[in-house]
Amino acid sequence: MTEQGIGAAIARREDRRFVTGQGHYTDDINRMGQTYAVFVRSPHAHAIINSISMDAAKGMPGVRDIFIGKDLADGGVGPLICGWAITDVNGEPHKAPPHPALAMGKVRHVGDPVAVVIADTQHQAMDAAAKVDVDYSVLDAAADLATAQGSNVQIHEEAPGNLCYEWEIGDKAAIDAAFDSAAHVTELEFLNNRLVPNAMEPRACVAEYDGGTGDYTLYLTSQNPHVHRLVMSAFNGLAPEHKLRVVAPDVGGGFGSKIFVYAEEVVLTWACRHVGRPIKWTAERSESFVTDAHGRDHVTKAELALDADGLFLAMRVNTMANMGAYLSTFASAVPTYLYATLLAGQYTTGGIYANVKAVFTNTVPVDAYRGAGRPEAAYVVERLVEAAAAETGRDPADLRKRNFVQKDAFPYQTPVVMQYDCGDFHGSMEQALALIGYTGFAGRKEASRADGKLRGIGFSSYIEACGIAPSAAVGSLGAGVGLWESANIRFNPTGNVQLFTGCHSHGQGHETAYAQIVADKLGVPYEQVDVIHGDTARIPFGMGTYGSRSAAVGGSAILKAADKVIEKGKKIAAHCLEASEDDIEFSAGNFTVTGTDKAMNIAEVAFTAYVPHNYPDGVEPGLDETAFYDPLNFSFPAGTHICEVEIDPDTGAVSIEKYAAVDDFGTLINPLIVEGQIHGGIAQGVGQAVLESAVYDGDGQLVSGSYMDYTMPRADDLPHYDVGFNSVPSPLNPLGVKGCGEAGAIAAPAAVMNAVHNALRDMGVNHVEMPATPQRVWEAIQGAQGAAE
Amino acid sequence: MTLTVSMTVNGESVSADVEPRTLLVQMLREHLGLTGTHVGCDTSQCGTCVVHVNGESLKSCTMLAVQAEGADVTTIEGVADGETLHPMQQAFHENHGLQCGFCTPGMIMSSLDLVKNNPDPSEREIREWLEGNLCRCTGYHNIVKSIDAGAKAMRS
Amino acid sequence: MYNFEYKKAGSVAEAASIIGADADAKLVAGGMTYIPTLKQRLAAPTTVVDMNGLGDLAGISVAGDTVTIGAMTRHAAVACSADVAAAIPALADLAGHIGDPQVRNRGTIGGSIANNDPAADYPAGLVGLGATVKTNRREVGADDFFIDMFETALEQDEIVTSVSFPKPVKAAYMKFPNPASRYAITGVFVAQAHDGVRVAVTGAGPCVFRVAAMEAALSSNWSADAVADISVSADGLNEDIHASAEYRAHLITVMAKRAVAKAG
Ligand SMILES: Cc1cc2nc3c(=O)[nH]c(=O)nc-3n(C[C@H](O)[C@H](O)[C@H](O)COP(=O)(O)OP(=O)(O)OC[C@H]3O[C@@H](n4cnc5c(N)ncnc54)[C@H](O)[C@@H]3O)c2cc1C
Ligand code: FES
Ligand code: FES
Repeated sequence: MTEQGIGAAIARREDRRFVTGQGHYTDDINRMGQTYAVFVRSPHAHAIINSISMDAAKGMPGVRDIFIGKDLADGGVGPLICGWAITDVNGEPHKAPPHPALAMGKVRHVGDPVAVVIADTQHQAMDAAAKVDVDYSVLDAAADLATAQGSNVQIHEEAPGNLCYEWEIGDKAAIDAAFDSAAHVTELEFLNNRLVPNAMEPRACVAEYDGGTGDYTLYLTSQNPHVHRLVMSAFNGLAPEHKLRVVAPDVGGGFGSKIFVYAEEVVLTWACRHVGRPIKWTAERSESFVTDAHGRDHVTKAELALDADGLFLAMRVNTMANMGAYLSTFASAVPTYLYATLLAGQYTTGGIYANVKAVFTNTVPVDAYRGAGRPEAAYVVERLVEAAAAETGRDPADLRKRNFVQKDAFPYQTPVVMQYDCGDFHGSMEQALALIGYTGFAGRKEASRADGKLRGIGFSSYIEACGIAPSAAVGSLGAGVGLWESANIRFNPTGNVQLFTGCHSHGQGHETAYAQIVADKLGVPYEQVDVIHGDTARIPFGMGTYGSRSAAVGGSAILKAADKVIEKGKKIAAHCLEASEDDIEFSAGNFTVTGTDKAMNIAEVAFTAYVPHNYPDGVEPGLDETAFYDPLNFSFPAGTHICEVEIDPDTGAVSIEKYAAVDDFGTLINPLIVEGQIHGGIAQGVGQAVLESAVYDGDGQLVSGSYMDYTMPRADDLPHYDVGFNSVPSPLNPLGVKGCGEAGAIAAPAAVMNAVHNALRDMGVNHVEMPATPQRVWEAIQGAQGAAE
Repeated sequence: MTLTVSMTVNGESVSADVEPRTLLVQMLREHLGLTGTHVGCDTSQCGTCVVHVNGESLKSCTMLAVQAEGADVTTIEGVADGETLHPMQQAFHENHGLQCGFCTPGMIMSSLDLVKNNPDPSEREIREWLEGNLCRCTGYHNIVKSIDAGAKAMRS
Repeated sequence: MYNFEYKKAGSVAEAASIIGADADAKLVAGGMTYIPTLKQRLAAPTTVVDMNGLGDLAGISVAGDTVTIGAMTRHAAVACSADVAAAIPALADLAGHIGDPQVRNRGTIGGSIANNDPAADYPAGLVGLGATVKTNRREVGADDFFIDMFETALEQDEIVTSVSFPKPVKAAYMKFPNPASRYAITGVFVAQAHDGVRVAVTGAGPCVFRVAAMEAALSSNWSADAVADISVSADGLNEDIHASAEYRAHLITVMAKRAVAKAG
C-alpha cells in the first residue's frame, strides 16, 4: 500500500467543492432562454380522464405551451419501459401494460402526470398549471397490497386480477417433504414496509435542443447517464443515441431512485424542441414523494424447518410484492432475482422454495431502493433464524454458527442459483460479539430493567450479492442489458492522467477511490489522476452505479485498462531502452529492463507515445486505453450486525443504544469511504425498522407524503456505530473487492427488529411490524398483557 | 409587480428586483447565482437551505427575500477565507462528514451557529442541534464527528 | 406560492387597520407556519403584513411575579433567557423544545398562539400557567383564548402584543413528540400556578385542554403517583398514522406523571 494507493484512508478530493458551496447539481444549471415546466398531476389514485381543459391556462402570462399524453403519442414518443422480463410459473412473460409518460385515458396513482405546462418563469408555470382543468370520473382504488390481487378494481386491462406475474424458484414437492420430516418448524408472517428513497436532492432535469446541429442535451439527476440515453433513444424514440447527450453532474444522493427513466425527463426532452427553448424541471419534495419510485413493500409468509440438532433443513417463502401502478425500469427483477436468490443467507439450508406474486396497485411504482430485494431477503432469513432460536431455546449466535457455511466450504453452491465465492462467517460473528460486548449484555439488561426499561439484543448475519453482474447470466434471467463496466485511462503528454469511467458517483467518492486505484496500479502520483464521470459526451459507454457495483465491476474495468497501458508501455520502453519486450518489468511507475538499472518512468513513456520521434514500428502513438470488464460472478459481501435497543414500556419508544457491524467487503480501497457507506446504510436500515413508512389510505392517498408524516432518521434518532472489518478478498475480481454500498441497509432492519423482539419477549410479545413505532410497540405490549390476563 | 431588495451577502452589497413571493433562497440561487444554498423540501424541515441572517442561522426557504432587506446575510460561499477552508469546513473534509454533499452547506451553516452559542458541545448536544438538518447519506456519525472536531479547531 | 402584496407594518395600529379592512390580508410574524402554508398554496392572501419591524413587540420583562413576553419574541430568545430560566424554568424548557434551532430563531410566541395548532407546545404553557394574552384591544385569559383547532378568541383585526405569565410555585412540561414532525403528539404542562394546580394538555385533542381530575388529585397530593391511575377518555381525541386516540389518552397519564416528577 502506498500512502495514497489502494487501502489508504485518505480524505476525499471532491469535498472541497461541496463544503464551499461550489458543487454543480442539476438545479444549479441554468441555460440561456430557459423556461420552466410544471406538471399537472392526478389528485386521485384511480380515475378516468374525461377531458382536459387548457384554454384558461394557455392564456396566462408567460405560458409557452401545454402538452398532454396525446401530444406525446402523436409525436411518436414511446411509453416508459421495464427492462427486465420475468417468465412466470406458466412460462409466460410478465404483464407489461403500457406506461405513457403523460397519462392517457386513465390515471392510476396520485401524482400520475396528466399535462405539462411550460412557461417563462417557475411561478408563471405554477400559476398556469393551477388553471388546467382536468375532469375526472373517480374510480375505486386498489391501494392495499394484501387485497389488491383479485379485487374487483381493474387497474390495467392487460393484467387481470392486477397480477403482474407469479414466479417461483425451487422444488416445491421436495421442500414440502422436508418440512414434513422436520423436528421443528418456525413460521412467521410479516410486512416489509414501503419506503420512500428521499435522496436529499430532489430529482431535476434541464433539457435543450440545438436546432443548428440537431443535438439534444439533457442535464439530469441520474445514476446512469448512458442507461438513460439508451432507453430514451431505443424505446422512447426521442433522439438517436448519437444526437442525445445526457449529463449527470453532481447528484445529491440516489439510493436507486435515480436509476430509473421517469416521465419528466422524457417529456422535457421531447418538449424542448417543440418549445424551442431549454426547459427546466425540479421536483418539489411533495412531488418527489408521489413520483420517485418507492422501495420494498412485501407481504410475506416464511417458514424454516429444523432438525432436532437445530440444523436448517428447508425454507419455504410466499411473498406478495407491490409493483405500484406501473412497472418501473427494473421493478420486476427486484422481488425475484435480487430477492429469492439470497434466501440461503449464510447458511447451509438444505432446500428452498419461494413463490412470488407481483401485484399492481394504485400507488407510486416500486423499484430498487438501496439493497433492492436483498434487504427483504435478509429480513426473512434473519427474522426466521432468530425466532427459531427463541422457540427452540438456543442462543441465537450459536444457532447461526451451527448452520453457517464453513470457511473451507467455498465455493459454495446454494440451492437458489448463487455460488458464493468466499467468506468467513464465523470470524465476522466472533468479531461482532466482541465488538458489542456480548458477554456484558446481561448486565446491561439488568441496568436497563432497574431504570424501568426493556433491553434487547438482536443479530443479523446477512449476505448479499453485489457487483451486478455477469452479462450472460443476467441475460438468461431476463435482463434487457449487459451489466459490464467500462474505463478509459488517458495519459496526457505531460504524464498526468484522466480516467473516464462509466460508473457514476453521487456520494460514493469515486473521484478519490478510483484515483487511488490508478495511482496504485500505474505509479502515477495520486494528484495527477483526475476522474471524469457522468457525461455521455466524455465517457465511454457505461452502465452506471447501483447494486454496489462500482468497485467490483467499475474498479475491475480500471485495472483492465491499466493492464493495457502497461502492456503498450512495455513495447515503448523496450524500444527506447533497447531491450526485448519480454525483459521489461513494470513496477511502481517504472519500466525497467530485468537485471539492469536501465529504466524509464511511465510519464516518460507517455511523453514518448505522444511525441513518437524514436518509436517502435507498428505501435500506434498515444497512450489512451479503454477496457470493458464483464464480471465472472456476483460478489458476496457478508457480515454480522448486532444491535441493542432499549424500550420504554410506558410509551413504547424504542431507542437504539448500541450498534456493532463487522463486514467482509473484501479489499478496502479507501476505509474512510467504506465506513461512511456502512454508516449511511445502517441509518437507512434503522429508519426502515423503527421510523419510516409510506402509508396509503384506502382511497390511495399517500398519507405520509411529507416530512411532517414520513419520519426521516435524524441525528438524535441514531447511535454511534461501532464498525469492524473481516476482509476476505474475493478471488473472482482482480481487486478482490466485494461492494459496500448497500450492506448497512440490508443488515440493519433484521438486527434492530430482532433486538426489539428480544426486548419484548419478556412481556409476552412475539410480533411487531416495521416500523416499530412507539404506538405499535405500546399496542403490542398492551395486547400481550391483555392476553395474559 | 416587483420590489427592489438590497442586502449585504457575504460582505458584498447586492440588490435584485423580486416579486414579494420570492423566497430568500430563490433570490440567493436565482438572482445572485449563489447555488451553494439548496432546497430539499417544501415543509421547512430539511435544513439544506440554512444561511445566516444577521448572525443567526435560519432557513432561507422560509423567509421572503423582501424580509431580508438591509440584512447581513452569510451563505456557504462566504465561509472560507479565500482559498483557505474554515476550520469547520476542514473538519467536515477530514472526518468524511459528507457524501453527496447536498446537505453539507446547511449542515455547516447550522453547526457554525451551534458553536457560536456552545463552543464545546457534547455529542448529545450536537445530535439534538441537528434536528432541523436532514442527511440521507452519512447516517450522521461522521457529521457529528466533524462538528466535534470543527468546534475543537475553532476553540484553539 | 400565489402572488401577493407585501407591506411592512410600521406600527401595530397600521397592521391592524390593514387586516381589519381586508379579510384576505394576513399577518406574518416568524413565518414558520405561514410561509410553508403559502409555499404549498394552501393560502392566497391579498397582502402579507410583515410584523418583523415591530421591535417593541419583541422582548422579555419581569415585574414582580409576572414574566411578560412580547408577541414577536422568538422561541430561541425565551429558551435562552436568564430571566425566564430564573422565574419559570419550565417555560424556557418548553420553548427550547419547539421545532429545531432554525425554527426557534424565527418562530414567535405570538404567531404560535395565534395559529393555535393542536400540536403546538405554547398553548399548554399558557393554559398550564394561567397566562394572560394581551392584544391591541384587550386582555384575554389563556383559558378563554384557545377556542378550537386553529381557532382563537382573536377578532379579524386583533393582534397579540404580549403574553404575561404569573410565576408558578413549581411547574414542568413533558412532551412526547411526533417522530416525524417533532410537534407534540401529547404534551402535558403541570403547575402549582398562581391560582392553584393546573394540568394542561396539548397535542392530544383538537385544542389544548385541562384535566380537572388530575388537578384535583394533585391539589391534595402533589406526586406522580397521584395521577398515575387517572385516565382521560379517548373520546374526541386526535387520531393519525402516528397515534390513535387511545394511545394519546394513555400518553396523557404517562406525560402527566413524568411532568410532576420533573417539577419536583
Ligand atoms: C420544522 C418546524 C417544526 C416546528 N415544530 C414545532 C413544535 O415542535 N412545536 C410547536 O409548537 N411549533 C412548532 N413549529 C411551529 C413554530 O413554532 C411556529 O413558529 C409557530 O407555530 C408560528 O409562529 P410564527 O411566529 O412563525 O408565526 P407565522 O407563521 O408568521 O404566523 C402564524 C399565524 O399566526 C398569525 N399571527 C402571527 N403573529 C400574530 C400576532 N402577533 N397576532 C395575531 N396573529 C398573528 C399569522 O397571521 C398566521 O396566520 C414548527 C415549525 C416548523 C417549520
Ligand atoms: S429547503 Fe428544506 S428546510 Fe429549507
Ligand atoms: S451527504 Fe448526502 S444528504 Fe448529507
